[in-house]
Amino acid sequence: MFDSIIQNIFNALQWGSFYSLIALGYTLVYGVLRLINFAHGDIFMVGAYIAYFIAIFFFKGSPALSGTTTLALVIPLTMILTAVFGVTLERIAYRPLRRKGANRLYVVITALMCGLILENGNLAFLGASRKSFPELIDKVVYNFGMISMTNLKIGVILSSIIVYFILNTIISKTKIGMAMRGISYDKFAIPLMGIPIDTIIVVTFILGSSLAGLAGILFAMSYPILDPFMGAIIGWKAFIAAVVGGIGDIKGAFVGGFLLGIVEILVVAVFPSTFRDLIAFSILLMILVIKPTGLFGVAKSTKI
Amino acid sequence: MKKNVKKHYGSLIFCAVLIFLYASISFAADDTIKIGFNIPLTGEIPKVGEESKFAGQMLLNEVNAKGGIDVGGKKYKLEFIYEDNESKAESAVAVSLKLIEKDQVLAMVGPNSSKQAIPAGQVANDNRTPMISPWSTNPDTTKDRPWVFRAAFIDPFQGPIAVDFAIKTFKAGKAAVLYALANDYSKNLAEIFQADFKKKKGDGAIVAFESYGDKDQDFSAQLTKIIAAKPDVIFLPNNYNEVALIVKQAHDLGWKGPFMGADAWGNSELMTLCGDDCKGHYFTTHYAAAGAKGATKEFIDKYQKLFGYQPADVAALTWDAINVVLAGIQNAGKLTGNIRKDRQAVRDGIAAIKEVKGITGNMKFDEQGDPIKCAVVVKINDAGQFEFAESVCP
Repeated sequence: MFDSIIQNIFNALQWGSFYSLIALGYTLVYGVLRLINFAHGDIFMVGAYIAYFIAIFFFKGSPALSGTTTLALVIPLTMILTAVFGVTLERIAYRPLRRKGANRLYVVITALMCGLILENGNLAFLGASRKSFPELIDKVVYNFGMISMTNLKIGVILSSIIVYFILNTIISKTKIGMAMRGISYDKFAIPLMGIPIDTIIVVTFILGSSLAGLAGILFAMSYPILDPFMGAIIGWKAFIAAVVGGIGDIKGAFVGGFLLGIVEILVVAVFPSTFRDLIAFSILLMILVIKPTGLFGVAKSTKI
Repeated sequence: MKKNVKKHYGSLIFCAVLIFLYASISFAADDTIKIGFNIPLTGEIPKVGEESKFAGQMLLNEVNAKGGIDVGGKKYKLEFIYEDNESKAESAVAVSLKLIEKDQVLAMVGPNSSKQAIPAGQVANDNRTPMISPWSTNPDTTKDRPWVFRAAFIDPFQGPIAVDFAIKTFKAGKAAVLYALANDYSKNLAEIFQADFKKKKGDGAIVAFESYGDKDQDFSAQLTKIIAAKPDVIFLPNNYNEVALIVKQAHDLGWKGPFMGADAWGNSELMTLCGDDCKGHYFTTHYAAAGAKGATKEFIDKYQKLFGYQPADVAALTWDAINVVLAGIQNAGKLTGNIRKDRQAVRDGIAAIKEVKGITGNMKFDEQGDPIKCAVVVKINDAGQFEFAESVCP
């Protein structure tokens, strides 16, 4: 019994890592733009596919590099390309609306549509059959009594924690981070201080999308079957995690992601698995009823 | 004056519509037989839809190259309409209505999964259109629906075969089940397995009975629970894409025992997704591709030559299902051109079939519209092929 609790905590940490990484992207964009970027789950999907194509090219293609070298290339390249992708999306879909002073609601709907376009575009161009992500690193299973860990699981958990601390430093210690917090505080006063608001927004999208790209790589390595709709449900759930944590606050997104992962896994461990989502989301609903701004959120008058 | 012009237009349009109607009716009745395909070309299990479509294309070309089929002394060309049900129940219903009402098909082949075949079967039955599902194994698809048939055996037959095989081959005294809650096929088969295993090995023999939701990718919590209960075998009545994830994750969590699967494993994509992890496990299915003989081998070779890979059970079953429809049409004797009467005649024709020689075995239909035929257990060998292990007949 004790063994399976420890095992389930590890399972939950791994699963929560993905929610956390994706929730961080939601919360960053929301914090700066007050925009719920519903296409974020699909940017995560694009990240996983980019990682797949890069991995196939270097690992199976003409360069035929070793698995570890491929991984060392896949991580930065995927993060850069996904960031470029996220910025492009902002440029062609969100910025024109912002320039025209459209109501925030329209931008949110645009984001929803962008997500659907990405899913169905992928379906149309790459076909419906699933992609199998190659095994880049040799999986090692460590056994401690009844508890099994793989090197991959440990890697996933560590990466998400490291990423959080790096992101936290960027937001709280650098000038860019200060500007981001400033815009979130008052987006009309900030341009008057001579801060280029568009540049800061681009930086926000770069950060959020590269995190989604990283989540895509780690996800593709852990669950090596990719399909065009893989980002939809996990994206929604990560959004819920961000809201429960207090959207706009990166500590909230980080904690909220792990919280959702832990709740989902532990519910299955205790109750019949049939009730998983029912009980898990009832718990989250109760948290929101007691604290509507989420765990770390602060009440603001303008929210969608 | 204006009014007159309007009237004029009205009658012109009326004439045009009449001409068009006559043209379409006479065209349809003339020398083609339309059969609709309600198959998952995208969504959860696209490979299943693709193989059904390819099997259809292959048969269509063969029949039409010979000048069509002969019904009551007249040659009819075949026309197949392939529609995508996205592997969703609601789309399958919409596709059925489109095929029945807009395309005016004589009969419908599909849907493949029980999740879509059960609601689509209701639509076909209500609209009095013969339907045959190649792959659905849930009893509810055809139950009390005189217009609905299938080409596959049903789960109450398949489940006990898996139980017997697990008890015999793995000396299993305890078993665990992991199934997909939102999938009629998976849930029903899991329950049949559970009931039968309990009957044969006592009430406490199912040590874990766990489920997961739609589109889940992480099964670690369920598998941790299952492995902690120490079963001798894990039964997985799931779609091939989920099987690949579950088997890999179970190995990560330290599971070294056997898996027993069901016919939804038998897909040509299983091995590309699952790789070495799936080798050495067994599942129940409709036919074994490796080592097939006679007409079955001929079919496999033709398919492989045309499309470049070995067909899975669903392609073979679609082939058989279309042949059942064609045999039913020939049994009907003649086609009148009145779609309602013809559909009735075809339904009666299928129900009256004495025996069809299929490539997945010979079949005839019982009063529920289910075929009486054999099942096989296959082993995934080290080359990744589905190798014949055992055959069980009713």
